[in-house]
Amino acid sequence: MSEDASPLPQHPPVTDWINDFDHTDPKWTANPFPIWDEMRSTSPVVHTNRFLGCYMPTTYEAVRAIANDTEHFSSRRVLVRDERPEIKNNAAPPITSDPPVHKPAKQLLLPPFTPAAVAKLEPRMRAICNELIDEFINDGRCDAAARYTKHVPVRTIAHMLGIPEKDGDLFIKWIHAILELGIKNESALLQAVEEMTDYFSAEIEKRKTKPTDDLISYLMNAKLPNGAPLEDSHVTGSLRLLLIAGIDTTWSAIGASLWHLATTPDDCRRLVAEPSLLPIAIEELLRAYSPVTMAREVMKETVVSGCPVKPGNMVLLSFPTANRDPAVFPDADKVVLDRKENRHAAFGLGIHRCVGSNLARMEMTVAIEEWLKRIPEFRLDPDGEVTWSQGTVRGPRQLPMLF
Amino acid sequence: MPQLKIHVDPVKCQGHARCKALAPELFELDAYGNAHESGEGVVPPGLEDKAYLARANCPEFAIEVTEE
Repeated sequence: MSEDASPLPQHPPVTDWINDFDHTDPKWTANPFPIWDEMRSTSPVVHTNRFLGCYMPTTYEAVRAIANDTEHFSSRRVLVRDERPEIKNNAAPPITSDPPVHKPAKQLLLPPFTPAAVAKLEPRMRAICNELIDEFINDGRCDAAARYTKHVPVRTIAHMLGIPEKDGDLFIKWIHAILELGIKNESALLQAVEEMTDYFSAEIEKRKTKPTDDLISYLMNAKLPNGAPLEDSHVTGSLRLLLIAGIDTTWSAIGASLWHLATTPDDCRRLVAEPSLLPIAIEELLRAYSPVTMAREVMKETVVSGCPVKPGNMVLLSFPTANRDPAVFPDADKVVLDRKENRHAAFGLGIHRCVGSNLARMEMTVAIEEWLKRIPEFRLDPDGEVTWSQGTVRGPRQLPMLF
Repeated sequence: MPQLKIHVDPVKCQGHARCKALAPELFELDAYGNAHESGEGVVPPGLEDKAYLARANCPEFAIEVTEE
């Protein structure tokens, strides 16, 4: 097969969002909310022939039904892409696992990510945030995405894994190749996966002779329920997952929250005046600007919210769209900082609930809290441009601020 | 107010931990971060609102609140 020379082959522009949707379209990237509203008001499940065939549930109910139905929907593919290559043994358990393999793989990862476990990281997190702010606060301006929101999760996950924080630029490059370029460019994705695997294999080898007390050693020493240790490929797969899932996502969530506060001064003033509101406000910002869309593959024919769903298709499982469903969230298109009832699905629903949700919440809370303490008044730079990432994880990638 | 009891369905709970954040007096988390009710699930007087708040924020609809 010939390789496409362009790193990002263009898809034809979308003119029919109901029958021909495309989550890589520039209109979706810039402002997906009216598109989702149009889809939802037309049907609880829509379909496109792009990506070799893909459904998208548009209501909270339909998203929840699919997330909880592991009989008809598999997680073996978790990205909706142009190609659907053979499944190889380079999966990232447990996110790419189905029952019964899923549960033991997930249980291995859960203990280091409980609220009590991540609370131990909080002092280092606060220091990281302040070190970053120190670097630009006297300039009166910064690109908050490039200089703040990106580095918070990179440094945190590096700290947890026990790898050098200075390798952060490599992580960002790999994640961009997998989550954005990889939708349309198989070779970019494969190269990034290979580089990550080599990187982590070297880290594992180092620890075989010199054990450490970080998350890599924790996984190397972990045992499956039958007492067997994990194969190296399972360890590298899980490490790839933690890196991919732990960086872009939190970067996006913190960035979207700062974008909201920069563009909604009333909300910003309220949070500065009432810092105790922050944990509830973070949940609302997670609902309104959920960064993560997942995917499933249809394995058996079924019906979702009255719509027939057929095998051979992927499913774009948009938790962000579910979280904007007015049937579940009154004033769904408004940010209500003290929203009382908020069953948002930002971290997924069902067995694949994000392993790192407690860590992400802590990072978001600390990053916003420390920013507001140091920079209580800020706004978008009218001479700069805000840009958003494309595809699976949505968040600001350029966020020029004045303060 | 009538006496309330809470129960977390362990099959539905996926460890979002919203209940523990909103009503720490009423819920405990296990080593995996999954929730269960504290003790026998009896809601002490004065914490009724927190019990209902926790139920209303569980993304998995895993929390039951019953009147004794």
